[in-house]
Amino acid sequence: MNIDKNLSTLKYTPDTVSHLTPNPNDCKICKNRPCVNACPAGVYEWIESEGRLLVKYENCLECGACRILCEKKSLKWEYPKGTKGVMFKRG
Amino acid sequence: MAAESENKTNVIIVGGGPAGLSAATVLARAGFEPIVIERGTFSGSKNVFGGAIYSESVKELFPDFELTAPLERNNIEHKFAILGEDDSTVISYRKKPQNSVSYSVMRGKFDRWMAEQAQKEGAILVEETVVRELITENNKVIGVRTELEDYYANIVILADGVNSLLAKQIGLRKDIEPKDAAVSVKEVLKLDKQLINERFLLNDDEGCIYELFGGSMLGKLGLGFIYTNKDSISIGLGITLDELNGTGIKPYELLEKIKEHPTIAPLIEGGEVIEYSAHLIPEGGYKKIPQLYDNGVMVVGDAAMLVNNMHWEGTNLAMLSGKIAAETAIIALTKKDFSKKFLSKYKKNLEKTFIMKDLYAYRNLMDIMHDKRKIFMDIYFKKINAFFEMFTSVNGVPKRELYRKYIWEFIKDRGFFGIISDGFAVLKLLWSVLVK
Ligand SMILES: Cc1cc2nc3c(=O)[nH]c(=O)nc-3n(C[C@H](O)[C@H](O)[C@H](O)COP(=O)(O)OP(=O)(O)OC[C@H]3O[C@@H](n4cnc5c(N)ncnc54)[C@H](O)[C@@H]3O)c2cc1C
Ligand code: SF4
Ligand code: SF4
Repeated sequence: MNIDKNLSTLKYTPDTVSHLTPNPNDCKICKNRPCVNACPAGVYEWIESEGRLLVKYENCLECGACRILCEKKSLKWEYPKGTKGVMFKRG
Repeated sequence: MAAESENKTNVIIVGGGPAGLSAATVLARAGFEPIVIERGTFSGSKNVFGGAIYSESVKELFPDFELTAPLERNNIEHKFAILGEDDSTVISYRKKPQNSVSYSVMRGKFDRWMAEQAQKEGAILVEETVVRELITENNKVIGVRTELEDYYANIVILADGVNSLLAKQIGLRKDIEPKDAAVSVKEVLKLDKQLINERFLLNDDEGCIYELFGGSMLGKLGLGFIYTNKDSISIGLGITLDELNGTGIKPYELLEKIKEHPTIAPLIEGGEVIEYSAHLIPEGGYKKIPQLYDNGVMVVGDAAMLVNNMHWEGTNLAMLSGKIAAETAIIALTKKDFSKKFLSKYKKNLEKTFIMKDLYAYRNLMDIMHDKRKIFMDIYFKKINAFFEMFTSVNGVPKRELYRKYIWEFIKDRGFFGIISDGFAVLKLLWSVLVK
């Protein structure tokens, strides 16, 4: 499935700062990186060459799956500000 | 930061979903002007479900809801489809009830409608505002901290949904474990009304629900669904989070695959995706219900894990728990007693309802399914389909031979002791549902 195409059906008001803050040191040594494949919006991507987790927080659907699954329990997860984030017209 | 006395009210409700808005309506009708704080631009704008709302539970709060609520279709048929790799067995129950059992709705419209009703009754809705933490003093919740302001109240009702960061903050519950929540993905597909009617054998305002077992989720703890709306179809699935850890499976790929199943594809053919969404579903059940009250605070709806997964029931439990919490709050406000001891009445009254009784009856369901998913949700689903494949075959082989072959293969694939152990698991489950 083309996840980007699906995400393009949504109205987003992105913030300028991320509401998702992983701990870079933990991500480096994380075994499964469950956030990467569990996220229904493909927000996380492991960049091997740079040894870091890319977080496309603007695409977040605010479900909370990554927070619960974080292997190191170190992902700082907050709701975006009241005026920001995703909007479901139907849901 | 405003002084406590300036910004103090009777009741603050965090979360404008079905649970919070039901609580707000009941309190407003009793003249208490509750404040509902909702993080979305409007109620419903952050919410996702299958889904159908249950008429009886909505009626309890809004007897005439059918006149004004944004309803899609009145469900008259409920189908259970067991999907194999490329075949399926579908059981279907159809009846146009005298009084509607459930309606498909869109939460973006329905929650908003509920919010309007609560406001008409006198509730105050503060939107686009996130409650960041609860304010406590001497072991008592005395208010909420938002991005902009602090608000104080005699009672705070937590209706902040499955993630309930607030219940966690004050220690009413531990963090959710991956096996106790499912992530769901959903698409709304635009489809001509007439086509929907033809494909699902419906008249204009009639609806059909599909529950999907197996398919892309064979062997996994997951369930899919289809709901018909006026001129669109909602299709989605929920998969328990621990199925996604270290497996490389992506939730939207499971959805894509189930959409391609030969039983499903013709139903949705030509449907254009007009909205994609995702949400968590609490799956912990009875054993994971948090502490439901403390000094100055009560927890309702998904925040309290009140969902019956087996039946896709959540909004009705949310509405009723919200109502009971509000009724408890009303007496507490009259007696000016907001103590933990007094608010324990909320739990006592909840225990008298179907909510706690149902969740208790199903308390072992998820554990058993979790242990046996590779068997029940793979081998057995395939065997059901294999049975009907055998039963409907016309191939010159004598029937007795066919039956014997089927039984032999069943025993071979599952093992004699395996079958006995499965039988015990089912009996244990039935016993806990039916007896004690
Ligand atoms: C895929 C799926 C299918 C489902 N299908 C059905 C179905 O067919 N029928 C059914 O009855 N149930 C169904 N459910 C369950 C149902 O959706 C929930 O049980 C129900 O929505 C719970 O209502 P609630 O008010 O407790 O929580 P929610 O509906 O989640 O409402 C919580 C509200 O609180 C707000 N909020 C959260 N945190 C904060 C904060 N810190 N500050 C301010 N606001 C906040 C949110 O924006 C939201 O509006 C389904 C669920 C899912 C995910
Ligand atoms: S699971 Fe947690 S620690 Fe691991 S990569 Fe993801 S955010 Fe980092
Ligand atoms: S909250 Fe959900 S959508 Fe957002 S990053 Fe986490 S898993 Fe992805």
